[in-house]
Amino acid sequence: MTPGGQALAGTTQTEPGAVNEFFRKILFLPEQASTIAKDVDHLHYVIISTAMVAATLIFAIAAYFLIRYRRRSETDVTPKVQTTLGWEVLFVGLPLTVFLVWFFIGYHDFIRMQTPPPEAMDVYVVGKQWMWKFTYPEGPNSIGVLRVPVGRPVRLLLTSRDVIHSFYVPSFRIKQDAIPGAYTQTWFQVVKPGTYRVMCAEYCGLKHSEMWAEVVALSEPDYEAWMREQRQGLVTRRDATPSAAEREEPHTPARQAARYDAQRPHGELMYAERGTLAERGQRVAAEKGCFKCHTVDGTAHIGPTWVDLYMRHERLTNGQTVVADEAYLTESMMKPLVKVVAGFEPVMPSFQGQLEAAEVAALLEYIKTLRSTRLPNVESKGPVYEPVGGK
Amino acid sequence: MNPSAESSQPAITYLNHETTVKSWLLTHDHKRIGVMFLVGVILSLLLGGVFAMALRLELLTPGPTIMSPLTYNRMFTLHGVTMVWLFMIPAIPSAFGNFVVPIMLGAKDVAFPRLNLASFYIYLTGSLLTVSGMLWSGADTGWTFYTPYSTVSPTALTPVLLGVFIIGFSTIITGVNFITTTHTLRAPGMHWTRIPLFVWTIYGTSVIQVVATPVLGMVLLLVFIERVVGAGIFDPSRGGDPVLFQHMFWFYSHPAVYIMVLPAMGVISEVVCAFSRKNIFGYKMIAASTFGIAFVGFFSWGHHMFVSGQSTFTSGIFGVLSMLVAIFTAIKIFNWVATLYGGSIDLRVPLLYVLGFIFLLMFGGMTGVAVATTSLDVHWHDTYFVVAHFHYIMVGAVLMAFLAALHYWWPKMSGRLYPERWSFLAAVTIIFGFIVTFLPQFLLGNMGMPRRYYEYPQEMQWLHVASTAGASLLAFGFVLIAIYLLWSLRYGPVSPPNPWGSRGYEWFSGSPPAPHNFTQAPRFEREVHDYTVPEAPRVY
Repeated sequence: MTPGGQALAGTTQTEPGAVNEFFRKILFLPEQASTIAKDVDHLHYVIISTAMVAATLIFAIAAYFLIRYRRRSETDVTPKVQTTLGWEVLFVGLPLTVFLVWFFIGYHDFIRMQTPPPEAMDVYVVGKQWMWKFTYPEGPNSIGVLRVPVGRPVRLLLTSRDVIHSFYVPSFRIKQDAIPGAYTQTWFQVVKPGTYRVMCAEYCGLKHSEMWAEVVALSEPDYEAWMREQRQGLVTRRDATPSAAEREEPHTPARQAARYDAQRPHGELMYAERGTLAERGQRVAAEKGCFKCHTVDGTAHIGPTWVDLYMRHERLTNGQTVVADEAYLTESMMKPLVKVVAGFEPVMPSFQGQLEAAEVAALLEYIKTLRSTRLPNVESKGPVYEPVGGK
Repeated sequence: MNPSAESSQPAITYLNHETTVKSWLLTHDHKRIGVMFLVGVILSLLLGGVFAMALRLELLTPGPTIMSPLTYNRMFTLHGVTMVWLFMIPAIPSAFGNFVVPIMLGAKDVAFPRLNLASFYIYLTGSLLTVSGMLWSGADTGWTFYTPYSTVSPTALTPVLLGVFIIGFSTIITGVNFITTTHTLRAPGMHWTRIPLFVWTIYGTSVIQVVATPVLGMVLLLVFIERVVGAGIFDPSRGGDPVLFQHMFWFYSHPAVYIMVLPAMGVISEVVCAFSRKNIFGYKMIAASTFGIAFVGFFSWGHHMFVSGQSTFTSGIFGVLSMLVAIFTAIKIFNWVATLYGGSIDLRVPLLYVLGFIFLLMFGGMTGVAVATTSLDVHWHDTYFVVAHFHYIMVGAVLMAFLAALHYWWPKMSGRLYPERWSFLAAVTIIFGFIVTFLPQFLLGNMGMPRRYYEYPQEMQWLHVASTAGASLLAFGFVLIAIYLLWSLRYGPVSPPNPWGSRGYEWFSGSPPAPHNFTQAPRFEREVHDYTVPEAPRVY
């Protein structure tokens, strides 16, 4: 690394382009897509350069002593050399000063990262083995894709449904644990449109390394258009068709968009299972990505919601009506394009060969448990909690 | 014995005065207990190393390579648990500390020899329980056992928790033993200002062991209760607080880093003096910084939790306190390098490991400062950057010091010399292999590779391949060491009592030492590592 990193990094303040890019590339840092990223990186450059230079310097001094004072005779005697106050002050003072300066610069940035601007828009984030769900106060929600406008601060309110997860966007240099039973927060402001990878950074079990999502940063008009469409859809339809924006998007699930299609064995999955069949079904649904299109809170997404689905009379695209019994549900997993419910696009992939019989049963049991019948009973007794984005 | 018979090796040593298996298993001799600990920790190192290689092989490709995700999750858990509790915590204090501390103090044994033996068997019991948990169905929580995942994990976590809980008692007992020994069994004339620096670090370590380990015991027991009885302590679905676990866990596990590192620093202080034939540059500074680290180490645990939702103010306090650790470490590094000045330096294998130690600790320490800088840690937390950082400390520093100690004290323990050229080759391989293994992991962390990932994005593959290649070199180095040391046990040339001409106090006894360390009362007339006179110390 270049000596005098401090001076070099200092110049990045005045000419942000080339030097910043040079350091970013040799340090393998991802793009700087948030307002905070550059400031964080600049301190990074200074500290790492200094570390390299200092380690090399210390090692060079040691190497010099090694040669200069090599052993010449087996009976060598050496003078007793002991430290003096001057050396002690230097040994303590030098690192103390340097480290404290770094600390205060870093802490200044950290306070900024921890303090969302008051005008920030809110998005609720729920982590769950092994997916991310995003809910907007305006109503819409989505799984695996967080759409945000460029240039507007976004505050995320995070929690978890099961174990601790951590919401990590490398390109934004942000990370925040999502803790069950508590809300934590973080914020960011994207500087350019694009798609940014979200990963879970806190180990959360079997598929920790697949708990991915993406942040799609849209320009302000695009974002507004998307949001408008979402809200109209919510007002007018219960089980609605996907919005125009979503229909136009190539619908590769977020997690798979950026990765290989690994053929994984299935035996291992059931090995660690326990709990009731319905609980297992819930896990299978999460693992197989069912929740990317089907919700369990009554809202329509890419596919029909699973709430009250069992034994529901569904109208198909060909005009017929079917009862969503076990047979139909199983058929829909294996040959999803044969009987498509009216109002939905025929986009569901077949799970033939992907799901074992036990997993199908587990899914069916799980779907059977998703009833909303308790809601009317509660309603008569007083104010009732309605999920955001419900009917 | 005739006092004029200088530097004579005692004919009866701790190795040959009794040779039955029973005489080893029921021994109260601190040297034999130290050797038994050494065998135990080396076997643990082998086990942990096998897990590490399995992990590195799995990570060769972005998708599944040789194992399923569940197996991978077990592997990294077992790697961590084995390396931390079965190897690294007891490695230097319980093995080398047991062997040399009483000799350095001029004592016949530790203060509580029977307790010392109990400590070994407690360690053995805990280790066996942990390993049996691994064989049963493993554990998949990571060595940190974070709740609430650890309370719901379907794997055999319970025996592993109990095993680690039991090993904790071994740690505490050994700590109490060393503290008492240092206070009560110093030879006449050995003032506090003349105690060898290795003893100082073992003393500081012991204080941490005694104060911090009970907290680990408590927290593991609470997780155990939550798993077995179902009480809601850390699991929010039963009314518990998962972050409380992190506070309690790191209150032990951060100081535990210094349980591992401080004795390593003690080894370095001894080896630097012995091979540069110089007194240490700043004795008081190094001794004081040892206690500085031990003390501040208790107040920096929160730097593991910058993104856990703790308050910004709290993070700031923990960040700045963590910096102090780096300052105390810097003091030591400066002093070791300054010790080389004006010396008579013989670059033997232990000193080579020390140079590796200093260079790698610089990186480990400076990246430690970087992650203590709160804003930078947000990006690095739970990524490979942190993995690389603590491996620079744990492997780059502690393991280097362990190997330095193993070579430096090998003639003392076995009475044999190891082959110089092979050991040199192994040392170079290990230092080089280490850098190739872990330097790419810093870059992976920068790219945003989270730790404990079974699968990872394609573009990160080549760095993982480099890391695996380095790990193979490391493994080769260790196999080499194992071969030549085993060879040396039987065929190595017989060592003179003081093959290095060292003025460390442990060399006032024979190599190997007599059953009670000295055949007559030793007199430490000169300061430790005083090389102003040409004569090597006589053997008592």
